[in-house]
Amino acid sequence: MTVTIKTLNDLVRPPTAADSPMATQEYFVNMGPQHPIAHGSLRLVLRLDGETVRQVIPVPGFVHRGLEKMAEHLNPRQIIHLTDRMDYLSALMNNWAFSKTVEKAAGIATSARIETIRTLMAELQRLQSHVLWWGVLGMDLGALTAFLYGFRDREIIGRLFEETIGARLTMNYIQPGGVMYDIRADFAAKVKELIKYLTRVIGEYDILLSGNAILQERLRRIGILSAERALSLGCTGPVLRGSGVPYDLRKVEPYGVYDKVEFDVVIGTQGDCWDRYCVRIEEMRQSIRIVEQLIDAVPEGPHMVMKFGAKIKIPEGMHYGHLETARGVLGVLLVSDGKSDAPQRVHFRSPNFNNLWAITAIAPGWRIADIIAIQSSLDLVIPDIDR
Amino acid sequence: MGLMTILAAAGPWPVKTVAARAADALPGSLWLSVAYMAIALLAVAGLVAVLGMGLIYFERKVSGHFQCRLGPMRVGPHGILQTVADTVKLLIKEDIIPQKADQAMHLVAPMFSMAATVLVLAVLPYSPVLQIADVNIGVLYVTAVSGLGVIGILLGGWSSNNKWSLIGAMRAAAQIISYEISATLALLAVVLFAGTLSLAGIVQSQADGWWIWRAPGVGLLAFIIYIIASTAEINRTPFDIPEGESELTAGFHTEYSGLRFSFFFLAEFINMFVVAALTATLFLGGWMPFMIGGLETFNGVMALVPPSLWFLLKTAALVFVLMWFRWTFPRLRVDQMMRLEWKFLLPIGFVNLTAAAVLVLFNAYFFSGR
Repeated sequence: MTVTIKTLNDLVRPPTAADSPMATQEYFVNMGPQHPIAHGSLRLVLRLDGETVRQVIPVPGFVHRGLEKMAEHLNPRQIIHLTDRMDYLSALMNNWAFSKTVEKAAGIATSARIETIRTLMAELQRLQSHVLWWGVLGMDLGALTAFLYGFRDREIIGRLFEETIGARLTMNYIQPGGVMYDIRADFAAKVKELIKYLTRVIGEYDILLSGNAILQERLRRIGILSAERALSLGCTGPVLRGSGVPYDLRKVEPYGVYDKVEFDVVIGTQGDCWDRYCVRIEEMRQSIRIVEQLIDAVPEGPHMVMKFGAKIKIPEGMHYGHLETARGVLGVLLVSDGKSDAPQRVHFRSPNFNNLWAITAIAPGWRIADIIAIQSSLDLVIPDIDR
Repeated sequence: MGLMTILAAAGPWPVKTVAARAADALPGSLWLSVAYMAIALLAVAGLVAVLGMGLIYFERKVSGHFQCRLGPMRVGPHGILQTVADTVKLLIKEDIIPQKADQAMHLVAPMFSMAATVLVLAVLPYSPVLQIADVNIGVLYVTAVSGLGVIGILLGGWSSNNKWSLIGAMRAAAQIISYEISATLALLAVVLFAGTLSLAGIVQSQADGWWIWRAPGVGLLAFIIYIIASTAEINRTPFDIPEGESELTAGFHTEYSGLRFSFFFLAEFINMFVVAALTATLFLGGWMPFMIGGLETFNGVMALVPPSLWFLLKTAALVFVLMWFRWTFPRLRVDQMMRLEWKFLLPIGFVNLTAAAVLVLFNAYFFSGR
């Protein structure tokens, strides 16, 4: 199918009397690629009628680095480095998604200790990601203090990662066959301290933003994404769950040690921005629950089942694996010829790409300010869209 | 009775403005009169500069401490010279005028904003002897002149030839004009009680008690309405919709840089002072000290604090409240903001004004028996 649009003006519909009692003219505005809302570089072309949004045309691609093509020349261990750079707020989960796929393809069995550490780290990162999202949502809606609070708490989790992993953003921690470094002796104590702190600050978040009448005005009944629409657009993660679909790979296809811990899948009822907000806030509490159950139950054993530098042979064929990152389902498709180290083709099904298009479905009819609220509630990480 | 004795002892609060001094000096010496005027001009110019620097520093420190950080710390002790450094930076920055902008309009827009603000500074009663001119229609003058500021914003947004700027300017015009009505209605309630439009007269009318509590109920309500409406009038969070940095990049001043940008910026900060000072003058007794009837010693101590310091303290407290708003609340959406004004504040303001008129008719003040 080909779509030909000569100029954006071809999209303009002449005003009708139904739109407005006054004769108005629609116009286009570029929101981005350099715009405070484009966390990164995302271009949204808005067709506006006054302040009312008639159409949103996302134009991604400004942070395209060709990660998938680069991966065709690297071995699985090296590709892990690339996965960090997609959704940098879920770096560990990206590592894990790729490692999981490679392990499944190459038949590498990991130990219970490795899986527990992975689950722990992934949940801590989900917390970190959601904490930052909360801050950014505050900033987007004009409450700058929330942004600084979000960053403060993200930093505290980041320090814990730094101690164990040595990196803060591009972790490169979870490898095929294990994790890069073992957790330290005082890790459990520090995580417990962290959890006590986070439980308190999530309460503070509710006081500062969730309970605020202005914030609720800005989010409630805004940008309603129905469950059918969310499913047809391929939305996943909190966006899909906010629309009321209880789809969470941690429950649906348990990996790691998610089948051994108790947690609830949080879902919304209406699919508006407020539901997506509440889902993420509640997911933070669920992540804390998971970490609490696991932190004293890390089994003994090695943190790596194979030697570093050992070649990983991926058998011929197509291999697929996926897991739930902080933003939704990250799928990894590997095609190998069974001979060379490097895969023939790598494709990532990134959650942000699908979630981005939800904005085209739900934004029309709302105001410019609502675009901000909607985009914030979708929690997009632009480099993951462009890869 | 005690309160009146103390007040009488503290002085009859004779008001003598600089303009009055210049007028008195005129028959004797023309030059003395001119000197008074020059002093007044210099004082306002100095006030603008000092206020701008002080308030920006204050805001950065306040926001820093609200956000668990220190704010500026590097330039000078506790960063007190940070604003000086920023000012120098703004002064030497390239002044960019977009090629397709309406150059003349682009040029004068910041001046309008600035002038509207500075003109108000001339009538504020800082203390009994520190006031440049006491216009007998003070409140009317203030509302009229501060309404000029919107022209600067509208011109700036229109002439920039940028869609974001235009949206910001349109929002600003709608917002400021709407909220001006509520603000004026709240001021009128005080005018009814004070029986005068002159700002110095309004301060003097509060010798028996500040209007915020002396006018039964309606004073407090008018105070709340005025704080909300004036926050909107000076485009501060939660009503910073015309700038809305995450929506409109920088709203009406997107295309401004260097000195011209700093004019808008300075006008915004001085507006904050003006609003706080006006609120203090009308509702919190201006330069009147805080006194409680019957507590002679307490009142004696309060009377020792000079009036200008009282004024400054009240204004600073209100400025802090405005900053507190800004660093706590998210931003409203434009239609929600209009709904708040036209469906809530305005009807409440009208009812409040009517109630105030009835109360004044029956002479129902608090503390009026003494």
